[in-house]
Amino acid sequence: MPLHHGPNTTDETESTETIGRNVRYGLVLFAVYLLLYGAFVVTNAFAPEVMERTPIAGVNVAILSGFALIVVAFVLALVYGWLCRNDAPAPEKREGGRP
Amino acid sequence: MIYERNLLAILIFAAIVGVTLGLSFWLGRKARSASGFFAAGGHIHWFVNGVAFAGDYLSAASFLGICGMIAFYGYDGFLYSIGYLAGWVVALFVIAEPLKRMGKYTFADALDSRFNSPAIKFSAAISTLAVSVFYLIPQMVGAGVLVTPLFGLPHWMGVVMVGTIVILIVVTAGMVSTTYVQFLKGGLLVVFSTVLVGLILNRGFRVDAEPLTAQTVTDRDGVIFVNGSPRGTGAGHAVLRPVGSVSRLPGDVPDTGPVGPLEFLRVLQQSEVVLWKGEPFSDEEGGTGTIYRPVPTEGSQVLRPGNLPAFAGLRSGETTDKLNFLSLMLALFCGTASLPHILIRYYTVKDQASARKSTIVGIGTIGFFYVLTLYLGLGAMTSGALDVTKSDMAAPLLARSFSETLFAVISAIAFTTVLGTVSGLIIASSGAVVHDLMKSVMKFEMSDHGEVRAARVASVVVGAVAILLGILFAKMSVNYLVGWAFSVAASANLPSLVMLLFWKGTTKQGITAAILVGMTSSLAWILLSGDTYKGVYGMKPEDAIVPFSQPGIVTIPLGFATLIVVSLMTRQKTVVGEPRAQARR
Repeated sequence: MPLHHGPNTTDETESTETIGRNVRYGLVLFAVYLLLYGAFVVTNAFAPEVMERTPIAGVNVAILSGFALIVVAFVLALVYGWLCRNDAPAPEKREGGRP
Repeated sequence: MIYERNLLAILIFAAIVGVTLGLSFWLGRKARSASGFFAAGGHIHWFVNGVAFAGDYLSAASFLGICGMIAFYGYDGFLYSIGYLAGWVVALFVIAEPLKRMGKYTFADALDSRFNSPAIKFSAAISTLAVSVFYLIPQMVGAGVLVTPLFGLPHWMGVVMVGTIVILIVVTAGMVSTTYVQFLKGGLLVVFSTVLVGLILNRGFRVDAEPLTAQTVTDRDGVIFVNGSPRGTGAGHAVLRPVGSVSRLPGDVPDTGPVGPLEFLRVLQQSEVVLWKGEPFSDEEGGTGTIYRPVPTEGSQVLRPGNLPAFAGLRSGETTDKLNFLSLMLALFCGTASLPHILIRYYTVKDQASARKSTIVGIGTIGFFYVLTLYLGLGAMTSGALDVTKSDMAAPLLARSFSETLFAVISAIAFTTVLGTVSGLIIASSGAVVHDLMKSVMKFEMSDHGEVRAARVASVVVGAVAILLGILFAKMSVNYLVGWAFSVAASANLPSLVMLLFWKGTTKQGITAAILVGMTSSLAWILLSGDTYKGVYGMKPEDAIVPFSQPGIVTIPLGFATLIVVSLMTRQKTVVGEPRAQARR
């Protein structure tokens, strides 16, 4: 495996539009996860009895919701990776689309 | 507890550690420049870096601490797993790419990218050092925990062993070899933990019909007695028994045979397991110590939140206890993206896309491992793999309950993971000392080679400090100590990082003040908390000054508030100055 140890410069390849778009996607997905995590933590703190119910396959809400939070984190990460896979269109193109 | 040595286990352990270190030295042999030392030249492949994230993150705390907590208290340990993973969402969606754009080698570089201020460099370097040292303590304690059952050596020798090997790794190779150690360990840890979980499911549950008796550990004038006899393996001596068993299965069957992953949880939910509770104890001959009593507990209670003493408030209705829980979960959520040794890993890949991809690989690997922790912990709880005196032993003893070979393999992997994590932390610390403090703040003139040489000296010093602290804090729970490190990291670093990225009004004074206030307030809170009073000073927790032990819910907002207020104040000066400047014109 080739290992180069040249200067540590960032290979900046992303346009301002791409950066802005990635930030927006990131914040939206972050907000979605924050809501889910917040709901989980608050339920544990203020309604722990909900966590004892066993709605599916005899497994309780505490474990099901914990697994779900882990799976959702990975799924959202994949969604983010997919949304950001290409560069955002350059501004001229978008302006060109206007009437 | 006293553990017997096993030659085969030691040989396997030595072979795995030796091969990993040899390989990483070979891969890292070219790291001669400062860029190579601190950031692996920015040329690590994103997949390797992603698994190395897992290697960095799944340290002594995850493997030993969480498994032990679940084995002793059930579901509550898994809450840590969930919080640790959720923190990666902040890292990926908010921090990773902007940080990669701003920085060069260290967290201070990134924070200071807009201002070029020695004050920011100074405060960021100090906070990096504080967080790294806090995070080093549980790693070193964990290293001692691993070595004790394997070699039959005392805890402190394990700490010294790890310290010495790590200093060797860092001094000779730097970030490249650290990355490859982490990559190999992260991968091996996940693979072998999966094997272990497969074995647990295949074994299923078995009722232990042996009568359960309390065990005592007493100290009579400095001599340790176990169940009334001197501790030891000779004639007339006694050792503590490993414990943990199922006392009743659904349908009163003696054995379940192999079970599936969901069936495992369902069966446990309907069974009765024996947990062990320690209480203060004094015997007739004036010795004082602890008596460990078996407490048969319904499976449904083990699998619900609120069994851990620190989380008991979830059921008590006390507001301060609930705040303590919310505070911890907030610190775990915010802490990951503020840990210096995680942040520097973003500089080892070539661009933002690689930073993003490696975080996704990291989340997948780490998330999968955290699901496994629940099975590992519950497996240890129900298969005679608990040391009543130290919950952190659960994972290695669980492996031993299957075979000595597996035990040696798991221990070796966990041990080398500790090595890698400690190396990463020492590199982050030496970067803070040499690159930020000496070069940028004190303006030492250093050539590239001089910088690497100074970093090596700094690594030796930080390593020695870590060894000392690892010995001093030997009795504390590994997971608990990590919770502290997360609180300090989140309070000191996160407000500055986030505001710098998302608020144009941030000033250099604001950043400096937020770091210093966040760091000192969270440290002070921890030192004045009930848990520290009890665990470190040996005082009554009720006398503590702060109302609950976890600082995050107060000190993280305090960091943000400080940054906003100071930035507004220092910005006002410029605004006030402008009309005057215009008038002069």
